[in-house]
Amino acid sequence: MTLLLATDVPAHLVRLAPVDVVIVAFYFALVLSIGWYLRGRANTSEDFFMAGREMTAWVAGLSFLSANLGALELMGWAGSAYQYGILATHWYWIGAIPAMLFLALVMMPFYYISKTHSVPGYLKLRFGEPSRALSAISFAFMTVLMSGVNMFAMAKVMQIVLGWDINFSIWVSSLTVAIYVSLGGLRSAIFNEVLQFFLIWAGALLIPILGLYEAGGWTNLKLEITQRASAQYIHLWAGLGSFSNNPMGINWAGIVFGLAAIISMGYWTTDFLVVQRILAAKDIRSAEMAPIIGAGFKMFVPIIVILPGLLGLGLLPEKLVPESVAAVTGGHSYNDVLPLMLARYCGPGLLGLGVTALIAGFMSGMAGNVSAFTTVWTYDIYRPLINSKGSDHHYVNMGRWTTIVGVLISVGTAYLVMHFASIMDYVQALFSFFIAPLFGTVVLGMLWKRATGAGGFWGLLCGTLSSISMWAWVKVDPSALRYVALSPHAKGLAQDMFQALWSFVVCVTVTVLVSLATKAIPEVELNGLVYGLTNVPSVGDVPLYKKPLFWAAIVTVVFVTLNIIFW
Amino acid sequence: MISIWFFIGVSLAVNGALILAAGVYQLIRPPADPGVVLFSLHANVWWGALLLMAGLLYCFRFAPRRRH
Repeated sequence: MTLLLATDVPAHLVRLAPVDVVIVAFYFALVLSIGWYLRGRANTSEDFFMAGREMTAWVAGLSFLSANLGALELMGWAGSAYQYGILATHWYWIGAIPAMLFLALVMMPFYYISKTHSVPGYLKLRFGEPSRALSAISFAFMTVLMSGVNMFAMAKVMQIVLGWDINFSIWVSSLTVAIYVSLGGLRSAIFNEVLQFFLIWAGALLIPILGLYEAGGWTNLKLEITQRASAQYIHLWAGLGSFSNNPMGINWAGIVFGLAAIISMGYWTTDFLVVQRILAAKDIRSAEMAPIIGAGFKMFVPIIVILPGLLGLGLLPEKLVPESVAAVTGGHSYNDVLPLMLARYCGPGLLGLGVTALIAGFMSGMAGNVSAFTTVWTYDIYRPLINSKGSDHHYVNMGRWTTIVGVLISVGTAYLVMHFASIMDYVQALFSFFIAPLFGTVVLGMLWKRATGAGGFWGLLCGTLSSISMWAWVKVDPSALRYVALSPHAKGLAQDMFQALWSFVVCVTVTVLVSLATKAIPEVELNGLVYGLTNVPSVGDVPLYKKPLFWAAIVTVVFVTLNIIFW
Repeated sequence: MISIWFFIGVSLAVNGALILAAGVYQLIRPPADPGVVLFSLHANVWWGALLLMAGLLYCFRFAPRRRH
C-alpha cells in the first residue's frame, strides 16, 4: 500500500497534508524566535563565539552529538544499512564511542585549561603560528565549501522527497540560519542543535517501533534479512575476517586501525565543528562529562538510523538500488530508504514531524559549519594575520558579518555544485585529507613534550600531502587500491580507512624525525599544553555518580556488551 | 534567561497537540485510503499524546517564572 503511495506520485516520495505544513512552519518560526530572543546575549566576543562558556554538560553534550547528526548523515547511513547491513553500525559504535571517551578523559583537559578558542588556537600555543595558519586556513576554506555541498544535497533531497523547488530550499534554509546565528552567535546555534536532537528522536523513533511490530520482532526481522540478502548482513564482526566475506569489502584491521583509531579519533577530537560545542562548557567537569553524555546517546542512534535501513531491507517490497542505477531506471536508491519508511508508517502530522526532523538536522549542521567557520576566521585568521588591534566590539561585528558572508559563500558553492556535480566528490574528498594528519599533530603535541614547532608543522603538511597523493593515485589508477588497502578484494570504503591510517603514520613519522632534529621547546613554555608538564585540574570533590570516569566506565561496559550481542 | 528546555517543551507540546488533533480527526473520520501500513494502530493519536504530555511537563518544569 505504501509502495503505491511512493510510486503513484512520481514527482516526489511523499505529499504533505496541511497539518504537516503547519508543523514545518512552526519549526522555522521557533528557531527564528530563539535567535531573536538571544540577540541581546551575544554582545562580547566570549558570548558570541564561545556562548559565554556557560553551557551545562547536558546542553554541551547534546549539542556536540547533534552537530554530527545532520539530515544527510541520517539518510546516508540508513541507506548504508540497507546496502551493507548491520556493519554500518561500526560508524556509530567503535567508530565513535572510544574517540568520544578519549576526548573526554585525555584531550579535553588540555583544550579546556589552555582556554583556547579553537583547535587551530591550540596548535598556535603548542607549535606556533605556521601550524595554526595551515590548519585554520584549510579548515575555514573547507568548512564553508562543505556547508555549500551539504546545502545543495539537502535541497536535492527536498526536491526528490517533497517536490520542493531547489532554489526555495536553498534560500529559505540559508537565510534562516544566517539570521539566527548572526543574531545569537554560538549560543543560538547550540540551542537550536539541542532542539533538533529532540525533534529527530520525536520524528524518527516511530519508524523502528512500528517497523519491529510489523516484522514480528528482531528475530523475525533477522530471518527475513537472511532470506532476502544473506546472514552476513546481520553480524557486526563475524564477517570481518577477510575483505571478501562481508558486503562492505573491508576487514577488521581497516575498521579497528583505520576507522576507530584514526578517522574517528581525528573527527571527534580535532574537528572544530564538534569540539567547539565542548569548549563552551561552563567548567572542567562539564567539559569532560559532555562527550561522555554524547557517547551515551550516540550508542543508541542506530535505533533511528541503522534499524530503519535494516527494516527497509527486510520489509519493503521494492528492491532499492545504487544512485547511478536509480537515475537510469527511475527506481528508488538506497538513500531513499528513510523517507520511504517514513511514508510507510507516518500519516498526517507524523509525516510533518519527520520532515521537520530532516530539515532541522540539515539547518543545525549548517549552523554548526557556519559558527565554526566564523570563530576560526575571526580568531585564527583575521585577528593574528590581518588586524590584531581591533576592539572586542569590532571582533563581534566581524563575527556577525562573517556569518552572513560564510552563508553566502555556501550558497555560491551550492549553485556551483548544481552546475558541476563532480565538484561535490572533490570537496568531500578534500575535507577528509586533513582529519587524520591533524589528529596525529594534536595528539603528539599533547602527549609528547619533545615535539617541536617545526616537527608539528612539517608532520601536518606531509601527512596531508600523503593523503592527497594516495587519493589522486587511486583516482588515476583504480587498481592502486590493492596497494593502499593491502588487498585485491578491497572496496571503496576500505580506501578511506587505509588512506587515513597511512597519512597518520606519515604525519607521526615526520613529526618525530623533524622534532628530534630540531631544538626542543623549553619545558616551562609547555605548561598547560602537554601531559607530564601540566597539573590537570580535578573535577572537584563530587560523589562517585558525578565523576566523568565513572560514567565513562558505564558507557564502556554497555559499548562492549552491544558489540558482543550483535557480534 | 529562558531555559533551552522550556523551548523544547514548547516545541514538543505544540507538535504533539497538532499530531494528536490530526490523529483524532482520522479516528472520527477514517479516510478511505489511509496511505500508511498499520493505520489501525493510530500511531498519531498515542504518539501525539505522548509528545504533548512530555512537552507540557517540560514547559511546566522549566517555565521562566519558576526559575526566579
